[in-house]
Amino acid sequence: MRYSGLKVITEGLFGNKGWKPAWRNPAPKPAYDAIVIGGGGHGLSTAYYLAKNHGLTNIAVLEKGYLGGGNVGRNTTIVRANYFLPGNQEFYSHSLKLWEGLESELNYNVMHSQRGLINLFHSDGQRDAFARRGNAMITQGDDAILLDRDGVRELLPWLDFEQTRFPIYGGLLHPRGGTARHDAVAWGYARGADRRGVDLIQNCEVTGIDIEGGKVVGVQTTRGPIRAPKVGIVVAGRSSQVAAMAGMRLPIESHVLQAFVTEGLKPVINHVISFGMGHFYISQSDKGGLVFGGDLDFYASYAARGNLPMVEHVMEAGMTLMPMIGRARVLRSWGGIMDMSPDGSPIIDKTHVEGLYLDCGWNYGGFKAVPASGWCMAHLMATDTPHEVARRFRLDRFATGHLLDEEGTGSQHNLH
Amino acid sequence: MRLKCPLCGERDRREFYYSGAADYLSRPEAGAAPAAWDDYLHNRDNPAGVTRDLWYHEQGCAQWLVVTRNTVTHEITAVELVAGRAAE
Ligand SMILES: Cc1cc2nc3c(=O)[nH]c(=O)nc-3n(C[C@H](O)[C@H](O)[C@H](O)COP(=O)(O)OP(=O)(O)OC[C@H]3O[C@@H](n4cnc5c(N)ncnc54)[C@H](O)[C@@H]3O)c2cc1C
Ligand SMILES: [Zn+2]
Repeated sequence: MRYSGLKVITEGLFGNKGWKPAWRNPAPKPAYDAIVIGGGGHGLSTAYYLAKNHGLTNIAVLEKGYLGGGNVGRNTTIVRANYFLPGNQEFYSHSLKLWEGLESELNYNVMHSQRGLINLFHSDGQRDAFARRGNAMITQGDDAILLDRDGVRELLPWLDFEQTRFPIYGGLLHPRGGTARHDAVAWGYARGADRRGVDLIQNCEVTGIDIEGGKVVGVQTTRGPIRAPKVGIVVAGRSSQVAAMAGMRLPIESHVLQAFVTEGLKPVINHVISFGMGHFYISQSDKGGLVFGGDLDFYASYAARGNLPMVEHVMEAGMTLMPMIGRARVLRSWGGIMDMSPDGSPIIDKTHVEGLYLDCGWNYGGFKAVPASGWCMAHLMATDTPHEVARRFRLDRFATGHLLDEEGTGSQHNLH
Repeated sequence: MRLKCPLCGERDRREFYYSGAADYLSRPEAGAAPAAWDDYLHNRDNPAGVTRDLWYHEQGCAQWLVVTRNTVTHEITAVELVAGRAAE
């Protein structure tokens, strides 16, 4: 079924009886040409592009829970291409371009909103670093505008510019940055993959990976064994557990990241804003809630909830930056499990097992990567060669020293 | 979350700095192969369940601690001094 304005009107006139489920709910077949483990954003986009770009349609996505129940449905939805390092730059630039065509590509409203991202800076040194980053973004072909204090004041008059500790010096505006509706991205890719014949199999946990003579031959699941000559591991926070099924020990530590939303308010924040001196960032959802978050809780965790010290820290940072936020009431907070890598950058690579591929290490920035990660992972699985824009996301870069440490914070999983 | 420091008693999580898995205690020999260093610095078991990691009592006794805890429930079952262990 194609969605359109006309369809909405005719369905409205005839009692909305013609809508059908957006995807089938098939039972697993005994064998496929390829299997993607994990039905989050990255797994679903991988399946979609395997079918769309490479004509592989006899494939399945195996999800242990329900589609989109992981981080893809828990994040704060920031989409941007403001990376500095070669390797990251071209990848996120490619992703943003895919975002810009995603709604017509998927025939699905993912509510991609390029409302502009403003990263505030609070010292001369930080301004220089941001100016340099902005230049790198422009060189890459993306957009960046360095705003001085008056420039920021014009857009965001309600910030506390004169804080004694961290006065606002200006901001780096990335006009094409913004947000999207997280669930819709998962649903849009799911529907698109299903329409191309991909089996999306829910409540199907992978419990083992079958390897014979150094080659992958299939997986064991809670719904029985399934054979396939190609298997992609795309399970975000659970990467270490699934990779261990193939005897691998990954450079990943899982950490909890929290986020918060207030009651719905009238439009007040038009951009995505980040505070440069305390980890805090905020935007306003289309429903009116202020969506905000901060840093990791800092210790390894698989509990999809955090602790109170980080809640307090995030609230303090918010109050420092924009005292008006104190009048809003927080409705909910939650956490998601982040697959943190030692340099803060992802891995899209082959493994030591033939036919087994790995897509992980998204840290807390994997939502914006959903389109390009699927695009590049599908390319790798179908052609056995890395995609041009993801060629530096290698698993062995920690051993060879070709790190992509965007923040320059060093080889510790929780520092990125 | 509270950690029971063997020297200072039960203290708020905010007094401690988390450094990562207790793997950092098994430092390779000076002449070890590069693969051993890579494994030591980067690769982790990263269990969903009981783990042992290193915390520093930054705002207390300034001791490094090995904490045994559950990454799914956040339950803490043991806190030992790294210094004490080394002397064993
Ligand atoms: C609070 C928060 C805020 C964030 N904010 C942003 C942001 O603003 N911008 C941004 O770019 N990124 C953000 N992120 C990061 C982003 O959400 C993640 O990097 C990204 O969603 C991870 O990829 P995914 O969607 O494929 O993961 P998931 O949705 O977690 O998908 C992985 C799937 O694998 C399944 N799985 C696991 N084990 C198995 C198994 N054995 N068998 C079968 N299935 C299995 C899981 O059930 C899950 O559905 C944020 C994350 C959080 C938690
Ligand atoms: Zn102490």
